[in-house]
Amino acid sequence: MTKNFVTLLVAMALTTYLVRMIPFTFFRSQIRSKFMCDFLYYIPYCVLGAMTVPYIFYAGGSFASSLCGFLAALVMAYCKFPLLGVAAVACVTAYVSEIVIKIL
Amino acid sequence: MNYTYGLKRGLPIALGYLSVAFGFGITAVSAGLAPWQAVIVSLTNFTSAGQVAGVSVIATLGTVIEMIIAQFIINLRYALMGIALTQKLSGKFTFLHRFIAAFGISDESFVMAVSEKEKVTPAYMYGLMTLPIMAWTLGTAIGAYSGSVLPISVRDALGLAIYAMFVAIIVPPARDNRAVMWAVIMAAALSSLIYYVPWLSAHISSGFSVIICAVVASAALAKLCPVNEVEKEEQSND
Repeated sequence: MTKNFVTLLVAMALTTYLVRMIPFTFFRSQIRSKFMCDFLYYIPYCVLGAMTVPYIFYAGGSFASSLCGFLAALVMAYCKFPLLGVAAVACVTAYVSEIVIKIL
Repeated sequence: MNYTYGLKRGLPIALGYLSVAFGFGITAVSAGLAPWQAVIVSLTNFTSAGQVAGVSVIATLGTVIEMIIAQFIINLRYALMGIALTQKLSGKFTFLHRFIAAFGISDESFVMAVSEKEKVTPAYMYGLMTLPIMAWTLGTAIGAYSGSVLPISVRDALGLAIYAMFVAIIVPPARDNRAVMWAVIMAAALSSLIYYVPWLSAHISSGFSVIICAVVASAALAKLCPVNEVEKEEQSND
């Protein structure tokens, strides 16, 4: 198990690092195409959007409590509260709503 | 754009990672890894989705090829992010700096770095990655060695932290810029489509789904709503 672990760990870490490092290190030109610039401008928002929905609905215990946490996060973020405040309120909301749901 | 400023920007990310890594520690140990193995995986990989897939390959004694393909596909988004980030780098970013800083590219640190007003310096990137890497490793250790101590209800609620953080990163710019809002909605809708249509979710892994959704939504928006330089300015001055 340990020998196997080391081999797989090296394969895993190396692949992950190279995927990050090669484009970041060797891509040196300024992108001139307007389309490519705009495309890259939208990428981070789209990555996070796709990573959040629908996975957030299953991240905090039950669907209902996760949904409550998600809505709390939306409202907090819309009012531009800092990252940590949004995360804390979402977790507490999910925790409390899970308790409330169980009582009901 | 110095090291201390980077540290400050990395702090909220680190706190979010602490709870997510905690969850990963629990997952890894229950999959059959020793706690020290879980910690080393986090320290050497520093990525969430890829590690969850990697641990299942390790636990099921998968092949090296399987591991490489899984990591390549799930982490391919970092290649896109890396290219996007090169456009924001200051002249101080030499070959060696890029070589080192590449390790610190994560979904959150990338979004933080590209949304800075100024060009990104090596010192800033090192500051930005310091606390998240420490927190990611530390959180894994705490979860792996003591995860079973916490009640399940608390663990469940903490699972929401990282996603709430994503929401906190994307909602404010989406509120101020309609095109960004549509980009996010489109990516989220596509992601839901892949998730809920059984045939699609059976054939597309979650890592690959993120790439497809992000590329399609970004390309569509770049085509339909070219970014106005003034808008970009307004937003980053917020």
